[in-house]
Amino acid sequence: MLFELCGVSAARAGRPVLRGVDLGLSPGATAVVGPSGSGKSTLLRLLNRLADPDAGEVRFRGRPLRELDVLELRREVALVPQLPALLEGSVGDNVAYGARLADREPDIGRALALAGLDDSFADRDGGGLSVGEQQRVMLARALALEPRVLLLDEPTAALDARTRDAVEATFGRLRERLDISLVLVTHDPAQARRLGDRIVTVEEGLVT
Amino acid sequence: MSPSIHVSLGEVAGALVLVAIAIGASLWERAALEADIGLAVVRSFVQLTAVGYVIKLLFDQDSVALVLALVAVMVVLGALTARHRARAVPGAFWPLLGALGLAAAATLGLVVALGVFDPKPRYLVPVAGIVIGNAMTAAAVALNRLGDDVARSRREIEATLSLGATAAQAMRPIIRRSLRSGLIPLIDQTKTTGLITFPGIMVGMLLGGAAPVDAVRLQLIILYTLLGAVAMSSFLAMGLAYRNFFTAYHQLRE
Repeated sequence: MLFELCGVSAARAGRPVLRGVDLGLSPGATAVVGPSGSGKSTLLRLLNRLADPDAGEVRFRGRPLRELDVLELRREVALVPQLPALLEGSVGDNVAYGARLADREPDIGRALALAGLDDSFADRDGGGLSVGEQQRVMLARALALEPRVLLLDEPTAALDARTRDAVEATFGRLRERLDISLVLVTHDPAQARRLGDRIVTVEEGLVT
Repeated sequence: MSPSIHVSLGEVAGALVLVAIAIGASLWERAALEADIGLAVVRSFVQLTAVGYVIKLLFDQDSVALVLALVAVMVVLGALTARHRARAVPGAFWPLLGALGLAAAATLGLVVALGVFDPKPRYLVPVAGIVIGNAMTAAAVALNRLGDDVARSRREIEATLSLGATAAQAMRPIIRRSLRSGLIPLIDQTKTTGLITFPGIMVGMLLGGAAPVDAVRLQLIILYTLLGAVAMSSFLAMGLAYRNFFTAYHQLRE
């Protein structure tokens, strides 16, 4: 099992959002679907310890997250947030950022290519890109970490239908080329069916 | 010896003419500043008069221990005041207390070690007041900016943390901006001193009858130690305060 959640409860801003969740996520692509505010994003944040549960335990490959080095965990389980949040500087600087923190020099061209961008983007300023391009840079910088798992939080929510289809195709190619698991959060059941090997539904803090 | 200046209460009251004009202008413009101006006048009168008596007592006692006690009180009051302005920063009091304490200790230690002043209340109290006041303003501005930036940039900070950055690495750009906000006013003031502003110690010495060269040199010593001490205190306040936004596991607190 990739992740196991045992009796996990979590609150955000004092409001309970997950209530006693028991769940196993196996390798491959898992789509977590549910309406806004149902607790899907919170669930994703627990998987790379951007937050800790108030009760219960999360395990990664059989080990409690609290026993793992949190920085190593986040490089192994990389999260791509819902909205782009690039650092100041070039696309290349952004893509290399996380890997360089771990004293690795990443193959920027390869990461860009995996995210569906060509080499020429590396020297461009991050601030001048479209939202769709920025989202791909966010994906490239997560891929530059060479993670085992990609956590994708509503990765196409800010994109138009055409760009969304292109990004979804990129996820498909990623799975063909890399030994990587995806945990994708979406409010769109149709997207969950397109991208997930299995679907987990979260409603009002409970997994159904 | 410099001739001493005697100022009567009538002369102090005469200085209120300009304040009356400011209140008149506020009424004319409906700026609603009259109450604030009035309060500022009354508070400054009461506070300075009270401090005057405390300073007189200190001068009469000529005790370094009493000076240190007064400096400690000033540091605590400065930290409480700055904390009020940096409300968005959790647990800001202790970083501020450390920062202001460092500024006061470094400055007083240096001016005494250099032999600029004898360790006497007459010299130490005014210097401590200047440095604590400036350090308080700089640290409060920097922490205020820090709190605003963290609130505004939560998404960016968490995106960086999720790539395996530590809290310190994720906060680096924000800390840099906040430090600049806190220190640039003092740096600019130091750059323009003598051109646009005449600093207080120099003016005080000139009014007291000191030679201009001595007044300038003493002012330079104060300016340089002030600049260094205030910068150090802002760095310390920032270096301690940003941690309060995070858990030990590099998680941004809600």
